[in-house]
Amino acid sequence: MHRIIPPRNAQSIMNVVFWVSGIITLILLLVIIGYILINGLPVLTPEFLLSSPLNAGRAGGIFPMIVSTFYVTFIAVIVAAPLGVLSAIYLAEYSGQSRIVRAIRFGTQTLASIPSIVFGLFGMAFFVVFLHFGFCVLSGGLTLALMALPTILSTSEISLQAVPQSYREGSLAIGATKWQTVYKVVLPAAMPGIITGIILGMARAIEETAAILYTVGSATQIPISVFDPARPLPLHLYYLATEGLSMPNAYGTAAVLVIIILVITITTNYLVDRYIKKMMGR
Amino acid sequence: MSRKSEEKLIRVGLFAAAISSIVIIVLIIAFVFKEGMPALYSVGFFNFTFGMEWAPSQGQYGVLPMIVGTFGITALALLMAVPLAIFCAIFLSDVAPNSMRRILKPTLQALAGIPSVIYGFVGLILLVPFMRTHFGGTGFSMLTASLILTVMILPTIVSITEDALRSIPLEYKEASLALGATQWQTIKNVIFPAALPGVVTAVILGMGRAVGETMAVIMVAGNVAQIPGSILDPVRALTSNIALEMGYATGIHYNALFATGIILFLVIMILLVIANYVQVKSKVEIGGGNL
Repeated sequence: MHRIIPPRNAQSIMNVVFWVSGIITLILLLVIIGYILINGLPVLTPEFLLSSPLNAGRAGGIFPMIVSTFYVTFIAVIVAAPLGVLSAIYLAEYSGQSRIVRAIRFGTQTLASIPSIVFGLFGMAFFVVFLHFGFCVLSGGLTLALMALPTILSTSEISLQAVPQSYREGSLAIGATKWQTVYKVVLPAAMPGIITGIILGMARAIEETAAILYTVGSATQIPISVFDPARPLPLHLYYLATEGLSMPNAYGTAAVLVIIILVITITTNYLVDRYIKKMMGR
Repeated sequence: MSRKSEEKLIRVGLFAAAISSIVIIVLIIAFVFKEGMPALYSVGFFNFTFGMEWAPSQGQYGVLPMIVGTFGITALALLMAVPLAIFCAIFLSDVAPNSMRRILKPTLQALAGIPSVIYGFVGLILLVPFMRTHFGGTGFSMLTASLILTVMILPTIVSITEDALRSIPLEYKEASLALGATQWQTIKNVIFPAALPGVVTAVILGMGRAVGETMAVIMVAGNVAQIPGSILDPVRALTSNIALEMGYATGIHYNALFATGIILFLVIMILLVIANYVQVKSKVEIGGGNL
C-alpha cells in the first residue's frame, strides 16, 4: 500500500479526530440540557409546580401533570418490576439453554425493540377498547409496564449472573434448598443491580410519550381513580409545544423532565459505582 | 407442604412469570394484526405498501411516501451518526484518559435518557428556525428530522460499538503494538476489523431506534404525506402517520393506521433478525443489544 501520510502524522491527526468526536458528544448534551434549563428554571416557581393549568395550559402550572406522571409510572413499575425480576430469576437461576428459554430471550428482545407507537396502538386496542378500561391512568400505566418490562428483566438478569458461583455453592453446601439460596443469598447480592434496572425501567416509563398518546387520555385534572384520564408531563409538553399554547410553560415542563432524568442518571451511576466497589472489595 | 413440592411450585411460578414476555408479544401481534388486517384486505397488501397516495378522506391508503420518509430520515441520520459514533466509541475504548471517560459515559447515558419529546422540543425551537434561515423553506424537513435523530441514536451506537471493541482480546492489540504499529494502525488494521460484526449490530440497532422514533420526528419533519424531492422537503414517517391521525380515525381509516403499525412491526422484526444473525456470526457477547 502506498502511504501518503506517514504513520506518526496519521496518529496525531486521528487523535484530534477522536478527541473532537468525544467533545462534540459532550457539547450536544450540554447544549440541549443547558438550553432547556436556562429557559426553564426561571419558570419553576412553587406556584408553577403546585397549581393547575388554566386555559388549556396557556397559564397556570403543571401540578396535575406531575401527579399524572408519578401515577402512571407507579402503576407501570408495580406491574413490571415483580414480573421482570421473577422472569430474570428464572432465566438466570433455573433455566438451562432449552428451546423455550431461547424463545423467552427472543421475546424479551422483541419487546424491547417494538416502536413505542406500536405499544400505543396495542394499548388502545387491548386495554382501552377490548378490556373497556377507557382512556385512563390504568390503560396508560399498563402500556408503559410492557415497555419497562424488558429493561428491568435484562438488567436484573445480568446482575444475577454476576453473583459469584461460590455464593450459591456455599449456601447449597450447608443444606439450603435452591429457592432458599436464591432468596437469601443470590437475590440480596444482586440487589443493587436489580434496583438499577427498576430505576431504568422507571425512567423509560417517565420519558415515554407515543405509547400514552392514545391510552391515557389528555385531561388536565388531577387523576384520583385509576380509571380517570390524565396527562403526564411529556404529553403536556407535546401539546404545549406543537399547539403553540405557551412557550414559558413548555420550557418549565421540559425543565422538570430534564431534572428528573438527570437525577435518575446520577442515582443509577452512584448505585452502579458502589456496587462495583463492593464486588471488587471482596 | 414438603420442601420438594414447595420448590416445584416456585419453579412453576417463576416459569409463568418468564413466559409473560412471550404472551405479551403474542397479544401485541394478535391485536395489531386483528385491527390492521381489514385494511390490508380491502386495499390489498401491494396497493397499501406501494400506493403513492395517502388521502383517507378520498379512500386512498398508500403508505409508500411514509416508507420513503422513514427510510430517508433513517439513512441520513445513520450517515451522520455512524462515523461520529464509531470515533466516539474508539475514543472511549482506546484513546480517552480515565478522567474524560468518567465524564463521557454519564453524558451518553443522559443523552440516551432524555425523553424523545424533549429532543422534538429542542428541534422545534432551535433547529427548525436555524434551518429556515439557512436553507430556506419552512425549516421542517427530512434533514431537520435526521439531525435530531442523529443525536438520539448516537448513544445506542456508541455503547454497543464500545462493547464490541472492548471484547477484542488484549493479545491482538499487544501483538500489533509489539510489531511497531502505531495506535491508529492497530485500531484501523487489527481491533476495528475484529470488532466489525459488533459494529454492524450496533448500526442496525441504531437504525431500529431511528425507524421506531415517533415524537421527535413528528415535531420537526413537517409531516407532509408526499414522496420528498429533496432532503429539504417535509416528510412524514410511518410512526408519525399513526400518531397524527389516530385521534380522529374511524372505520377503514382506523384499520389502515393499525396496518401502518403492521408494516412498522415487520420492518423492526427484519432488522432484529439481521442483528441477531450478525451477532451469532460474530460470537461477540454484546450487552443491552436492544433496538
